[in-house]
Amino acid sequence: MSEKVLMKGNEAIAEAAIRAGCLHYFGYPITPQTELAAYMAKRMPKIEGGVFLQAESEIAAINMVYGVSATGKRVMTSSSSPGVSLKQEGISYIAGSDLPALIVNVQRGGPGLGGIQPSQSDYFQATKGGGHGDYHLIVLTPASVQEMADLTGLAFELADKYRMPAMLLADGTMGQMMEPVELPETKPELIDKPWALTGTGMKREHNIVNSLYLVPEQLEKTNLERYERYKLVEENEVRYESFMMDDADVCVVAFGIAARVSKNAVVEARKQGIKAGLIRPITVWPFPKKALAKAAETCKAFVSVELSMGQMIEDINLAIKCSKPVSLCNRVGGMIPSPEEVLESIKKAAGGNE
Amino acid sequence: MVVFERPHSLAKVPMHYCPGCTHGIIHRLVAQAIDELGIEGNAIGVAPVGCAVMAYNYFTCDMIEAAHGRAPAVATGLKRADPSKIIFTYQGDGDLASIGMAETVHAATRNENITVIFVNNAIYGMTGGQMAPTSLPGQVTQTSPYGRDVSMAGYPIKVSEMLSALDGPEFIARVAVNNVKNVKNAQKIIKKAFENQVNGKGFSLVEVVSSCPTNWGKTPSDALKWVEEEMIPYYPLGVYKDKSAEKEGE
Repeated sequence: MSEKVLMKGNEAIAEAAIRAGCLHYFGYPITPQTELAAYMAKRMPKIEGGVFLQAESEIAAINMVYGVSATGKRVMTSSSSPGVSLKQEGISYIAGSDLPALIVNVQRGGPGLGGIQPSQSDYFQATKGGGHGDYHLIVLTPASVQEMADLTGLAFELADKYRMPAMLLADGTMGQMMEPVELPETKPELIDKPWALTGTGMKREHNIVNSLYLVPEQLEKTNLERYERYKLVEENEVRYESFMMDDADVCVVAFGIAARVSKNAVVEARKQGIKAGLIRPITVWPFPKKALAKAAETCKAFVSVELSMGQMIEDINLAIKCSKPVSLCNRVGGMIPSPEEVLESIKKAAGGNE
Repeated sequence: MVVFERPHSLAKVPMHYCPGCTHGIIHRLVAQAIDELGIEGNAIGVAPVGCAVMAYNYFTCDMIEAAHGRAPAVATGLKRADPSKIIFTYQGDGDLASIGMAETVHAATRNENITVIFVNNAIYGMTGGQMAPTSLPGQVTQTSPYGRDVSMAGYPIKVSEMLSALDGPEFIARVAVNNVKNVKNAQKIIKKAFENQVNGKGFSLVEVVSSCPTNWGKTPSDALKWVEEEMIPYYPLGVYKDKSAEKEGE
């Protein structure tokens, strides 16, 4: 059995990453993810081969990640919304070079400098690419400190398996809250990476890590091959939690902190005789399209609960092909909807179809 | 008897550089240093964005292509991942001294144990001849068609002088490749910049004053003359910082 400890979400990510065999961390200070970097700064020098480096900028940090990833070693960076915007160039290069890496975004309110309170308004940036060019990240959304730890390990595994960057899309609440967490054992499953830059040793042709293809036919080919891999990810790696959905009339869709609030609201709605249920995407790319489409066969209405002006709601509408009404229950700027607010939205959605 | 041959670590492929461009010479000097130190199998090179963007095809060691200006950060990652590897970047003036200045300064001040080859030809070559951070006062380029006006565009950045003011870096030198004597000296200095890394001494940067006949609008020989008469007086050659030599002298 693994040990159970009380930890902050940010620290749980850090410890889980180390246990997943990530011995290289690069970051730049930004609230509300600072505990993660601080934890790494403390732990890494005590581990053989461990590297913590405070970079001169978010841009430098992501490019250091690119360098380590090219050698085949597990590596990560973490930041919060404005800092993740700065990383987009590097993320595009990592995706374009088909390298694995973990990027953690402990989201805060925006746009611009915004605020330091929790938000989910980087959903578009995380799920639709973010930087330039056609690419995707595997985007995982933890809703507890336990998941902060569990999904960190999973993110490294999936990134390695599909040779693409993964993002842990958390928010200020998840980063700051303390909960008991059972930490994973230190047994990372590392795969062979023949593409890695390890020096030719004068025994093989040189490996080149690159995203430049000046011949359009070649560049097209790399894009097509990448999307074949993305197709596999969409087929095999969708994860979500289904809660009280068996006979639900109203399907609430929410992730992260919004899902925790929504769960309370769903329970309360049931008490009041409304058949509500919750689908909580754990991966928002790939998005649980099939689960939602299936829900649309029996549910009368959907409610998207978000800490944004309504971003995931577009994916819900696409998944159910606009076959049922989808309403938005949201707060922004660092505000979180209360269970009562969500309950109100559920009631409205239920009532509107009677 | 073989008196001159292609270094093993320089790939047997045609290069894309313009006639009279000195990148070819500098590539050769880098490859020669790699050969002489026997580090090819252990080396990883970082190509820039700029004329040398396809340098990953020209060196036979493992190579990676960095985003514009980010080579020193990528090199930092590579080196920290495995300090036993020999990591070098090959960058132009726009890459290193404009968009990538922060990465350059901070890699230097951390004394990252890497080798940086900095090719200064006072112009953006790949994009067709725009004003560079190192373009000379009055120099005519596509984006300074009336000559670089320092009251508007500021002064050229003297990278070697600037970096040598830092406590961090091990070795900073400026060389040129406009004549045989200077090429010979550049060969020695570039080798030293790699040797420093092999010996664990730290950040070693060699600024190579170079020519760009195509974008300067000059014949190759006139371009080399311009290096001698205009560039070298503004960018004096020499070793600007050599921490180990300073220690020995104390």
